[in-house]
Amino acid sequence: MTAKHDLAPPGAAPGPTAGRPPRRSSRRSRALGTAGARLAFLGPGLGYLFVLLLVPLALVLSYTVFRRGRFGGVVYEATSENFTRLFDPLYFHIVLGSIKIAALTTLVALLLGYPTAYAIARLPRKWKTIALVAVVLPFWTNFLIRVYAWVIMLSGPGLVNEALTGIGIIDKPLELLYNQGTIVTGLLYSYLPLMILPLYAAIERLDPQLGEASANLGARPARTFLSVTLPLTMPGILTGCVFVFVPSLGNFVIPEILGGGRSIMVGNLIRDQFLKARDYPFGSALALAVIAVLIVLLFLQAWASRVYGGTEGRRG
Amino acid sequence: MARRRLIYVPFWLTYVFLYTPIVVLVVMSFNSGRSPYVFEGASLKWYATLAGDETVREGLINTLVVAVGTTVLSTVLGTLLAVGMARYTRSRLLDALGLLPAVLPDIVVGIGLLVFYNLVQVTLGLWSIVLAHTVFGMAFVAAVVRTRLTHADTSLEEASRDLGATPLATFTRITLPALAPGIAAGALLAFTLSLDEFVIAFFTAAPTQPTLPIVIYSMVRFGVTPEINALATILLAVSFTVIIVAQRMTRLTESLR
Repeated sequence: MTAKHDLAPPGAAPGPTAGRPPRRSSRRSRALGTAGARLAFLGPGLGYLFVLLLVPLALVLSYTVFRRGRFGGVVYEATSENFTRLFDPLYFHIVLGSIKIAALTTLVALLLGYPTAYAIARLPRKWKTIALVAVVLPFWTNFLIRVYAWVIMLSGPGLVNEALTGIGIIDKPLELLYNQGTIVTGLLYSYLPLMILPLYAAIERLDPQLGEASANLGARPARTFLSVTLPLTMPGILTGCVFVFVPSLGNFVIPEILGGGRSIMVGNLIRDQFLKARDYPFGSALALAVIAVLIVLLFLQAWASRVYGGTEGRRG
Repeated sequence: MARRRLIYVPFWLTYVFLYTPIVVLVVMSFNSGRSPYVFEGASLKWYATLAGDETVREGLINTLVVAVGTTVLSTVLGTLLAVGMARYTRSRLLDALGLLPAVLPDIVVGIGLLVFYNLVQVTLGLWSIVLAHTVFGMAFVAAVVRTRLTHADTSLEEASRDLGATPLATFTRITLPALAPGIAAGALLAFTLSLDEFVIAFFTAAPTQPTLPIVIYSMVRFGVTPEINALATILLAVSFTVIIVAQRMTRLTESLR
């Protein structure tokens, strides 16, 4: 292994030697070749990401401190009014409400997804694959089609009302569409697979002997679950929560189609600022608020997985 | 034992939740009536309506053009980036940059590009969607190719270099053939993601050249008709077939190895 590293030119070898300047002058021309290769491989992709991702992102961030022009554009005059407007109760409620809806969706997804992932992990091998593919399959169909399916399910003459009146729980069709519950249902339907997959991966890795040991030592199933299973699967729980929360928070399609416009979320607000009101600076400030929430969330996740990662490390 | 079975209640609930809307959608696409709620009789008439729908056909063509363009651009850029990141740098910052398009909410990427296109004052078209889709397409191709690169044996590449091959020759004769399956998987992923992408396309498309997801969006907003169900059923059939074939193929290639 060491011999191989010595033979490879510096900068190209894997391991700690990579990236160091060439040690021998006879290798100089090849080192230059390596520098050229580095540029040829990394240049196009990084240049692309710089121009079409970082520059647009920087534009959005910088617009937050400017004034909107009278006819749409941006006037390059510093102002803090976009941030003050964020705390206007009208907008602040929508931002808070969106966080609440996204959090509720995440919670329901966890409560439904955890036992499902647990059951899948305990299935015989052959059924496991089928069950997993069946979880992912709806996820790979068009997103708008999945949302549309719920319009049909929940509308006045739809299946859910039919079923409820059929059983005799209600005698008149309920107004099931166009409220927050509908939005949560739509978000849950769209992103539940993103919760189940990381949970499954975490539960699958669990050593079943740990549960047996806990039971043999006299712990009740609930106790075993709370002090063995739950902490050990915490990294999967955190990943799943982030995977569901992030796309839920900025969503504007589901609130529009299933929420009926009455209870809009921050995504709708951002969309309207850019496409209808043409107020780029305030729209950018709203986008920054979304990004800020997500950054806090990712830090929380990193912190929590370090705490629980430590528990997992002690296993061996 | 009864307690053990309790866990299968949420398990079955999940699958009922996931598949009931799909079954309803498909059944109602064969409805002879005008409503997607009450089944009046079996008929294929909504499929005929769909076949004659100009907007849907144009949307489909636009989507395919965008997806092919995105796949080509993403595959070339993503593969180069993956090799560059795995073999020529160890920068953590670049790793983070490569992941950024996958982590950022799509609405942020969408408005960013809208602002950017506005500032440089270009006329939007299919190309502006292709450039936008390539931002995340490239990131996914790079991620898939990189997992293959890190598992790959580097001794062949080292031998090639030690025998005096230029980086280009090593890349085209050794690295690229070894990476082919990873590149193909990445390309397929970029194609599927572009085909289905709505939010970023919504912000970067010209109003006169909508992709199919944008067409579906305006149809759904306009009102429900079994024609959407017919379109949905066809799309469902296509994606289910692709996934099952892809699943079979990976199993086949794995068994051959």
